[in-house]
Amino acid sequence: MSIEVRSIHKSFGSFKALEDVSLHVETGELVALLGPSGSGKTTLLRIVAGLEKVEEGQVFFGGEDASIQKVSERGVGFVFQHYALFRHMTVFDNIAFGLNAKPKNLRPPQAEIRARVSELLKLIQLEWVADRFPGQLSGGQRQRVALARALAVRPKVLLLDEPFGSLDAQVRKELRHWLRRFHDEFRITTLFVTHDQEEALEVADRIVVMNKGRIEQVGTPDEVYHDPANVFVLNFLGNVNLFHCRLDDGKVYFGNIGVEIPGVASDNARSANLYVRPHQFQITRDAGTGTSIKAAVAYVNPAGSVVKIDLKRETGEMIHVEISQAEFAALKIVRGDIVYVSLRDVTYSEYQI
Amino acid sequence: MSVRTEPRSIRILIITVAVAFFALFLVLPLVCVFQNAFSKGLTFYVKTLQHPDALAAMRMTVITALVAVPLNLVFGVAASWLIAKFDFKGKDILLSLIDLPLSVSPVISGLVFILLFGAQGLLGEWLGDRNIQIVFAPPGIILATIFVTFPMVARELIPVMKAQGNEEEEAALTLGASGWRTFWLVTIPNIRWGILYGIILCNARAMGEFGAVSVVSGHIRGLTNTLPLHVEILYNEYQFAAAFAAASVLALLAIVTLVAKTAVEGMMRREH
Repeated sequence: MSIEVRSIHKSFGSFKALEDVSLHVETGELVALLGPSGSGKTTLLRIVAGLEKVEEGQVFFGGEDASIQKVSERGVGFVFQHYALFRHMTVFDNIAFGLNAKPKNLRPPQAEIRARVSELLKLIQLEWVADRFPGQLSGGQRQRVALARALAVRPKVLLLDEPFGSLDAQVRKELRHWLRRFHDEFRITTLFVTHDQEEALEVADRIVVMNKGRIEQVGTPDEVYHDPANVFVLNFLGNVNLFHCRLDDGKVYFGNIGVEIPGVASDNARSANLYVRPHQFQITRDAGTGTSIKAAVAYVNPAGSVVKIDLKRETGEMIHVEISQAEFAALKIVRGDIVYVSLRDVTYSEYQI
Repeated sequence: MSVRTEPRSIRILIITVAVAFFALFLVLPLVCVFQNAFSKGLTFYVKTLQHPDALAAMRMTVITALVAVPLNLVFGVAASWLIAKFDFKGKDILLSLIDLPLSVSPVISGLVFILLFGAQGLLGEWLGDRNIQIVFAPPGIILATIFVTFPMVARELIPVMKAQGNEEEEAALTLGASGWRTFWLVTIPNIRWGILYGIILCNARAMGEFGAVSVVSGHIRGLTNTLPLHVEILYNEYQFAAAFAAASVLALLAIVTLVAKTAVEGMMRREH
């Protein structure tokens, strides 16, 4: 079922949590709400669930106005960051809760509830913990139980609030792949909150980047990463280097080194900011054609799929560079070496000014 | 290996002081109570406790607790639920009011009811016309006891409920449970040990209260005496063995309370 959020306003006291936020999530989509803390992403999710009241605006599920419904009538599956499992109930009773809580005339017979719970336990691969209490499970297991509990009532939409936020890095990775596979299989409309850009890029069909109660950009992971709508999105999705430079004659000038970059208009000279991702650099041992910047190697971290290198310019400015292991092996650079960096694959966009 | 920097002599000194203090102020008085209670033999002890005045005092004490504890339980759960789960104006004032009985002298607590319901009191004339006796009668004792035990349950539950937060309730609501079902299926089971703990403390205070009850009771033997008041009367009449015999019942209650309290604390720990 699709989710439609129409011009939502929400404030807590004098703090404006959400300002005129509108969003559309297609049926079967997996959408991430990504932003720093205080950006309003959790508030938006809670408003969709009905856990938070709005001053202005509406929420629609499949074209039906959900704003007038209470939380318990909305039919959402909500997963909390800290699991919020019922601590005094077994895993089985936790998952069965939503079915048992239905009014008598709508409640399925006990045999059916048992079958449904077993089916879900199998889905989360935790059949053997049915009789345990939440306190006896690991964080990852608890979160899977919380997910099963939310799914038991066959919700129209699934809402997850930083579902992997309090788990170890390893478990987090496992669970997010699991979520992706689960979603590919069942295609339930899902909205999830995260502050982890890597998680959003890896799992989501589309990403909603939020900041200070507003939506900055909505797009596929590819769009928001490679074609960010503004400086905030660019900065938030991955590391970036900022250069204060001059534009003149269609070239970008770093000090007296002029570099041609596609997209720079040949209009009047002016100062500008250029943002470059760490992987958009090339390091060479020699000065080359004179369009590269001289710098000293300040730090090298070869642990990982790429090699992270910090370079210090003669001006004192730091440049963060990432090169492949193969390039690193060919260059054989160590701390203290003098190298030359040049830009590669950098295109210039208007917001970079 | 544990880190202990203090020399042996200081450790022994500190432990000795602690043990001596404990023995002098806690164990010795308790031993004393039982020793004096049985100073005239077991037969005298049993006879003292079977005296009609003693039985009446015990009955009054039990009735008082039976009324005060359930009322304060309901109040305590409602108040702590309100304070822990919701934000509203005047929350701090409500919190201070709940603590009020703990901060005023029990004598004042008793006096308040005399000023309200006594013959010269605010409502005295109105009550007198209708022949309703509150002070110097069981209702006064019960009211005074309710007042002094007012905070006992709420004080226990507020921190427990605050620590648990609202998430489990919110989860229940999203799963389709009504507010009422959420309260009974999620909120109450989560605080059941806290409730039990509160009941134990509330009961101990209700049965042991002296000051406030003394002011409103009027000390009418066989009618408005509670067990603590009965002890005082016997003691003032130089019936020391009898006074201690009655006191030993209260001391036993204290021991039972402590054991129950420890057991409940153990259960609470095991669940977290």
